[in-house]
Amino acid sequence: MAASKRLRMALVQHQPVLGDLQANLLWSCEQIAGEVRDGTDLVVFPELSLTGYFLKDLTPEIAVTLAGPELKQLIEATGRASSLVGLVLESPQFNFYNAAVLISDGAVRQVHRKVYLPTYGMFDEQRYLAAGDRFEVVELALGGGASWRIGILVCEDLWHPSSAYLLSRAGVDLLLCPSSSPGRGVGSGEGELGSAGSYGAMLRTYAELFTVFVAYCNRVGFEDGFHFWGGSRLLGPDGRILAGPLEDSAAVLHAELDRGDVRRARIARPLLRDERIDVVQRQLGIGGDD
Amino acid sequence: MTDLSINTELVSGILTKFVRDEVLKVGSKGVVVGISGGIDSALSAKLAVEALGPAAVTGLAMPYRESTASSLEDAQLVAAQLSIELMVIEISPQIDAYFSKFPEADPTRRGNKMARERMSILYDISATRSALVLGTSNKSELLLGYSTLWGDGAHALNPLGDLYKTQVFQLARHLGLPPRIVDKPPSADLFLGQSDEADLGFTYEQADRILFHLIDERRSPDELSDLGLDPLLVRVVWQRVQASQFKRQPSLIAKLSSRSVGQDFRYPRDWGH
Repeated sequence: MAASKRLRMALVQHQPVLGDLQANLLWSCEQIAGEVRDGTDLVVFPELSLTGYFLKDLTPEIAVTLAGPELKQLIEATGRASSLVGLVLESPQFNFYNAAVLISDGAVRQVHRKVYLPTYGMFDEQRYLAAGDRFEVVELALGGGASWRIGILVCEDLWHPSSAYLLSRAGVDLLLCPSSSPGRGVGSGEGELGSAGSYGAMLRTYAELFTVFVAYCNRVGFEDGFHFWGGSRLLGPDGRILAGPLEDSAAVLHAELDRGDVRRARIARPLLRDERIDVVQRQLGIGGDD
Repeated sequence: MTDLSINTELVSGILTKFVRDEVLKVGSKGVVVGISGGIDSALSAKLAVEALGPAAVTGLAMPYRESTASSLEDAQLVAAQLSIELMVIEISPQIDAYFSKFPEADPTRRGNKMARERMSILYDISATRSALVLGTSNKSELLLGYSTLWGDGAHALNPLGDLYKTQVFQLARHLGLPPRIVDKPPSADLFLGQSDEADLGFTYEQADRILFHLIDERRSPDELSDLGLDPLLVRVVWQRVQASQFKRQPSLIAKLSSRSVGQDFRYPRDWGH
């Protein structure tokens, strides 16, 4: 019985063509269709997988709308299964969002607009993009019918622990984290790239402290000399790495998730049960009865 | 404490992927690289060979008649070790023809002219091979402005551009470049007996420590004094960085329209790739 309840996931670590929406769309639809044919329940792509990352003035030119033909093609390719793709989403007010769109069983089920747009150092997202303003959990029946509570954090969202905390309070048990993380930090003191070390620590911390599955899907390749380092992985609700991390090259990571792991982790370590939300609320001066 | 040591395995992997990715995705067939006999060009060529294979890398040695004789031998040693083709193109005829009109030209002027002549040859040969010109400028040179504008500073991609000279040494040793290349004193070889460190008035080791704290660690010159670094030398280095800023930028355009090249017409270089 347990086997049938497993969620079969694929993390597609790839290199989009920068600014070529149609090429990326075609490739992504083929990947999704192939994975679904092979029995994958949920196909996850990196941040801005349909466009590439350092878009600059290309941003409005490769944006799509929720009602546009691109999402129809993705919905069709996904069929009864689910997929998470990254794109620039244009609003009716002509704002442009760095969005991750969760498609399932013939429709868009969730749109996460990246809340934290890095605009420092090598990053310039606020120059081109509008910021989202919420973190929400969506409940979906995936993989043998088990119900999963899914939350999405895009790249820089992860660097703000309140993002994961808010999703945790909303009951998340599977965090999907698409990313386009440029690598930096090559000092000999570290065994790995500095950015890879930072993400490794964050992902493990969130998985373990919030007792959730964490799926991290980063991209690879170069844009204008910026190096995306891959490292896609799946962590279980006890913080252990269940699959990956992938090397720094294009590849697909397959993993099976058993929702029973969440239950077991929370019995063993009932951190969420013991969370003192009343203390948080009182100290921040929000809500709360006392 | 200044730690400029790099994870050489990680860095060589990233730079190899960088050369392969940026060359192949734009449809180029390989690279051409000027091989001077020095460590920087040997390391750039080595990374390109790792990335693309020796057949896709063309080395060019472009000696002037006053260049140190051993430089050409060292260039041949590098090419042999990497199993790459080495074209030897003497630049004496055109350089001498030009300066016969300006016999009073000083070594700097002559050296700059030679660097630009070599650039012009690299771009010419690169076009015949559908190849990109591979740069050999390290971060120390770029920041100190120790290069010729549109000369050795001109290239399509530059795998060494974010490595200080002292880090170039680390990577070159890791990748097994010949000790004869790695251990000789750095020289632009624009005139006989030239030495980088004599030209600059300080060693790369001194400069790199200062640059690392100023640039990478964003410390102020005053804060560097607290670390025990010589305030006078810090000032000299920082002034060099400021004075050479123009070398690291495209040329200036006077803004007239609502959208101007180089200012607010902002597309990525890898647009469509």
